[in-house]
Amino acid sequence: MKILRVLAWTILTVTAAAALSAPLIAPAPYEKQFREFPDAAPSRQFPLGTDELGRDRLSRLLYGTRISLLLAPSAALLATLIAAAAGIAAGVFGGRVEQLILSIVDLVASLPWLFLLIAVRAVMPLNVSGYTSVAVTFLLLGALGWAGAARVIRSAVLSVKESGFMIEARALGIRGLRLFVTQLLPNLRAPVLAQFWLSIPLFLLAEANLGVLGLGVSEPLPSWGNLLLDLVNHHEIADQPWRLAPAVLLVMVLLSLQAVQNPDGRRGNGRRALAEA
Amino acid sequence: MRFARTSFVLICTAALAGAAAATDHAPLRAGGGGGEPVWGGELRFAIHAEPKTWDPLLAADDATDAIRVLTGGYLVRLNRKTQKHEAGLAESWKISPDGRKIEFLLRSGVQFSDGTPFKADDVAYTLKRAIDPNLHAPIGDSIRATAGDFAIAIAALNRIILTFAAPVANPIGMLDSLPIVSSHNDKAVLGPFELAEYKPGAYVLLKRNPYYWRTVAQGRRLPYLDGIRLDIQTNRDIELQRFRKGEFQLMEAIDADSLNRITSEMGAAAVEDLGPAFENEMFWFNEKPDAPIPAYKKDWFQSRNFRRAIAESIHLDDIVRLAYQGRATAAAGIISKANQFWMKQGLAPHAFNLASARKRLAQDGFHSLEGQPLTDRAGHLVEFSVVTTSGGKTRTRIAALLQDDLAKIGIKLNIVPLDFPSMLERIARTANYESALLGLVGEDVDPAGEANVWLSGAPQHMWNPGQKQPATAWEAEIDKLIAAQAATADQKKRKAAFDRIQQIIWDEAPVIHLVNRNALVAISPRLGNSQAAVLNPHVFWNADVLYLIPEKKP
Repeated sequence: MKILRVLAWTILTVTAAAALSAPLIAPAPYEKQFREFPDAAPSRQFPLGTDELGRDRLSRLLYGTRISLLLAPSAALLATLIAAAAGIAAGVFGGRVEQLILSIVDLVASLPWLFLLIAVRAVMPLNVSGYTSVAVTFLLLGALGWAGAARVIRSAVLSVKESGFMIEARALGIRGLRLFVTQLLPNLRAPVLAQFWLSIPLFLLAEANLGVLGLGVSEPLPSWGNLLLDLVNHHEIADQPWRLAPAVLLVMVLLSLQAVQNPDGRRGNGRRALAEA
Repeated sequence: MRFARTSFVLICTAALAGAAAATDHAPLRAGGGGGEPVWGGELRFAIHAEPKTWDPLLAADDATDAIRVLTGGYLVRLNRKTQKHEAGLAESWKISPDGRKIEFLLRSGVQFSDGTPFKADDVAYTLKRAIDPNLHAPIGDSIRATAGDFAIAIAALNRIILTFAAPVANPIGMLDSLPIVSSHNDKAVLGPFELAEYKPGAYVLLKRNPYYWRTVAQGRRLPYLDGIRLDIQTNRDIELQRFRKGEFQLMEAIDADSLNRITSEMGAAAVEDLGPAFENEMFWFNEKPDAPIPAYKKDWFQSRNFRRAIAESIHLDDIVRLAYQGRATAAAGIISKANQFWMKQGLAPHAFNLASARKRLAQDGFHSLEGQPLTDRAGHLVEFSVVTTSGGKTRTRIAALLQDDLAKIGIKLNIVPLDFPSMLERIARTANYESALLGLVGEDVDPAGEANVWLSGAPQHMWNPGQKQPATAWEAEIDKLIAAQAATADQKKRKAAFDRIQQIIWDEAPVIHLVNRNALVAISPRLGNSQAAVLNPHVFWNADVLYLIPEKKP
């Protein structure tokens, strides 16, 4: 298992490094159209060939990876923070606070997020840069994608609250904020982190889905979403397997994220014993 | 005019007399088995949105229009293949020499789908209802634009006379898109099919109209099919998959990618490239004076030099080659190349000429250093957005090509893909957009019905709709030319008027016509009697004679 995690971290590190250094290593600007070479096969000039407008696929993949890998964790962080705040508040306070939060969670979970995103895209100002549009998209994904995680974190809080070491801590006279900071929060670290790591692939896939619907990242900016659109013509993939590169990279990154999402290497909920008071 | 998911569509209702490219007695496509037509079976294909209304007179979108075509009965109907009008519910008609009166002799013994008789009253009721301004029927706009005011007189149970205030160039054509509705039962239809079931989000089921008036030998009533199932399928890739699996028997207006895919998997017999369609892919600027966009941008967009410079900066051949894989033609103007009679001879697409474009921009005070962004005389960076429909690969490619072309003269173009209703909201209601990229589809060869687009006061005059007075001298001239052609039946004079209109639009470039795409369709080898045509709808326009060859059992 350790080897797998090392391999996963290696893949993520190399991918992130390549994406971040895209301006240095990309063979061409991502938007540059070599119109005389549409749908070209891989060559020295175009290592992964070109798309239908003659744009270098490798360059677009590097820049697209940069956008997707930068923004998906950001959205995941936002979603996890909201979920942690809501889940912990619901679990700790209980009663009407819990009822109110759970009602909000249910409401958010039942929102048709796709239509919300479409609506927000429709009312956004016309002349926003591609980067702004992408940032807003991911921000929305993050702001809307926390409900499931909040439920999980609330359950974890309830579980921790009832655990033996919490009873022991209370018996030792640890109360209030001190109990919360020294006992509860450390024991929630693992489920919260798990939710963070789980959210990243979800947001990557959500952006990819939006891209397939034409509502993700706008031209000419590449993202995994709009790069994956190419796979719609899968009858051409047998002849042009290099088109699979974005899908292969997406799968590798998703698998790697799965492999690294338990950074302590422990199973279960990672619950600690009674921490030193 | 009607709007569609992928296109901004015109209902061109005028007739054609003398149109070229018509093919008399075009052969029927017999399907894989050939031989005698087969009775029974259910044809399946997709519509791409929920029907917006069940009132055929209010059809304003592709889905509703498909149902209108399949369920409606018409006084005359346009044979899409021969491009000639044929008798429908009207057995014959007579137009007075001065073009101000038309008398229809209605077919006798015709019944609605509820078994009640069809009479001249129903025609009068339909016409009055269609032109009622309170109904806001798109077909009514088109009829008013073509015919102006007219009186309806019922001469007998089977005779009706329309008398126009002024001579009407082509009164028959305007009736091709007008389904006759019942004056006593709004569910009764005269077309080959009637509504059987509607499951929102899933399908619309049409069943045969047992009283449909057309018969074949031995007096048996058409249609051959028992029914048609229109699956509501918004995703065209899934539609393509279902066609490949044999779940759908036809696909209208496919793109070049889909055509290549079907060809490679099912063979060339399953697709047809019908040549240039009556469809324009267009790019235009918002010139509405009260549009909520910066005033300096309105100044750009209202400048002929600016619009012509944009037209000369666009590499149309690249759009044809890269966005359509060669299955389109660079457009010269409002009338498709397919329409050889009405297209102005010698009118060529705007030539790609960056030097000329820069010169025109300089004349208007725009300036830029080599490789630097363009600025106007007040120093504003020349940046604007183009709204277009999301999801379509072809239009996304066109937008990316435009963006790259305009960047070469220092203009930044921001692409704003929107879902179709949001786009319509901006274009037709709020005017909150700067430029737009859409398609315009004609449904007839005679451009007279397009008056509802080109008249300055028309609500569909896309760049500056609903003008109380023509904003420019050239729009005033177009208004006069439209009126002049409508008032004469002399085809030469009408042709001259439309030639002039085409030249004005080319010169002023309020709309930059990009390409006429080819009409590409997919037809299952099981579908018999299909006569795919460049006019819309390409395949199911003759649904009453289509039949399905039973699948061979293994």
